[in-house]
Amino acid sequence: MSFAIQALTRSLNVFHCAGSVCNNCDIEILDALTPRYDLERFGIVLVGSVRHADVILLSGVFNKKSAVRVKTIYEQAPKPVVVIAIGACACTGNVFRQSYNWDEPVGRYIPIDAYLPGCPPKPEAMISAVVKLIAKLRAT
Amino acid sequence: MTVYVFIVLQALVVMAGTAVIGLVTCWIDRKVTARIQMRVGPPFLQPFYDIAKLMIKETCIPEGAPRAVFLSAPLVGLAGVTLASLALWRALIDPDPAHSFIGDLIVVMYLLALPAVAVIIGAFVSRNPLASLGGSREMKLMMSYELPLILAVLVPVIRAHSIRLGALMAEPAVFHASGVIALLVAILCMQAKLTLVPFDSPEAETELAGGAYIEYSGPPLAVYKLTRAMMLFTMPVFLIAVFWGGIGGMAVPLWSGILFGVLKYVALVVVVVLIRNTAPRVRIDQATKFFWGPVTVAALAAVALALMGM
Repeated sequence: MSFAIQALTRSLNVFHCAGSVCNNCDIEILDALTPRYDLERFGIVLVGSVRHADVILLSGVFNKKSAVRVKTIYEQAPKPVVVIAIGACACTGNVFRQSYNWDEPVGRYIPIDAYLPGCPPKPEAMISAVVKLIAKLRAT
Repeated sequence: MTVYVFIVLQALVVMAGTAVIGLVTCWIDRKVTARIQMRVGPPFLQPFYDIAKLMIKETCIPEGAPRAVFLSAPLVGLAGVTLASLALWRALIDPDPAHSFIGDLIVVMYLLALPAVAVIIGAFVSRNPLASLGGSREMKLMMSYELPLILAVLVPVIRAHSIRLGALMAEPAVFHASGVIALLVAILCMQAKLTLVPFDSPEAETELAGGAYIEYSGPPLAVYKLTRAMMLFTMPVFLIAVFWGGIGGMAVPLWSGILFGVLKYVALVVVVVLIRNTAPRVRIDQATKFFWGPVTVAALAAVALALMGM
């Protein structure tokens, strides 16, 4: 396992990027960062700027306007960065697939490393996704 | 020639030592914070992992920002805190007046102002309105706390009739009323100098999305974080040297001096962490009124008491 992957997986800065969310997934993301689940013991910390981010959490159905902007945000994140799509809306569009302003799943705009379905997914499911992602990164 | 090589080696050793102790103090801060919030907290090496991780990330320079200034601003802060800690280490280990120079206190205070200036330069060169807000708040904060800090440092100078650090350490000011008030004022100014809650509005993570550091990534951000960690070590040690007698110098046996020095350092760090965890963040105008109001009045009272001999 290279030094870069070691360092990256032991200190993950999480940036939350919401695109037209109903906020249920946001509330569950907030729950996962509270003292009950205590993600700081794994080195996971929430940051305010995308330039400080190692993990971008996408939540919400990215309609035509916000999908264009999420590309800009992804390009602003310093590489290496991983992207996790949280909730059924970010994965496939969910109930908004037939909507007038929804074009394509956000995975067609930026590369996504982990999909986490659920409406909303439980914090335990989020932790499980992060654990599997870390194992996948360390296996490369 | 060999003298210069020796000095550079000393500076590198001091920088490594201060960085390691500073990062361990960072961990103590995060662990105590976690314990107060009834959770477990990060592992011991977490601050080291954070710095290592930032070294492998890409450096993004905002479009239109001057590259040279953007990349060298963090180094100004690192240089300031390294030189200040070099002077402090030398004064602590060797307080003999023959080996120091008059005014080393002034040099240390001047150097300790450089990290804040580096943050301000970096913020204004980032071409980001949130960064310039963070930079302007850091400027206002700096103007607020420097005044009472200088007044508080005047108290041991008046008591010892000298501006040499070794002379200040020989007669600790904290055993007199003026020294106690001056130390309390200096602790509040230290809280602001380290941009810790309640005075961390320049770096408001949730309000300003990172504030002054918003556009920094990769190794330059690692240098900023390392500077903060080193300041977390250097500021309490500066307070101990000026107010609390350092590590006792030549008057007490070495083991007792080091033991009590470590205990004083831990006490100051615990006070800083406790204030950080029990106070809300204040607005910048509230911080300015606080430092130019009650804190300066207290510092002036301490100076008056020192002039009267108490």
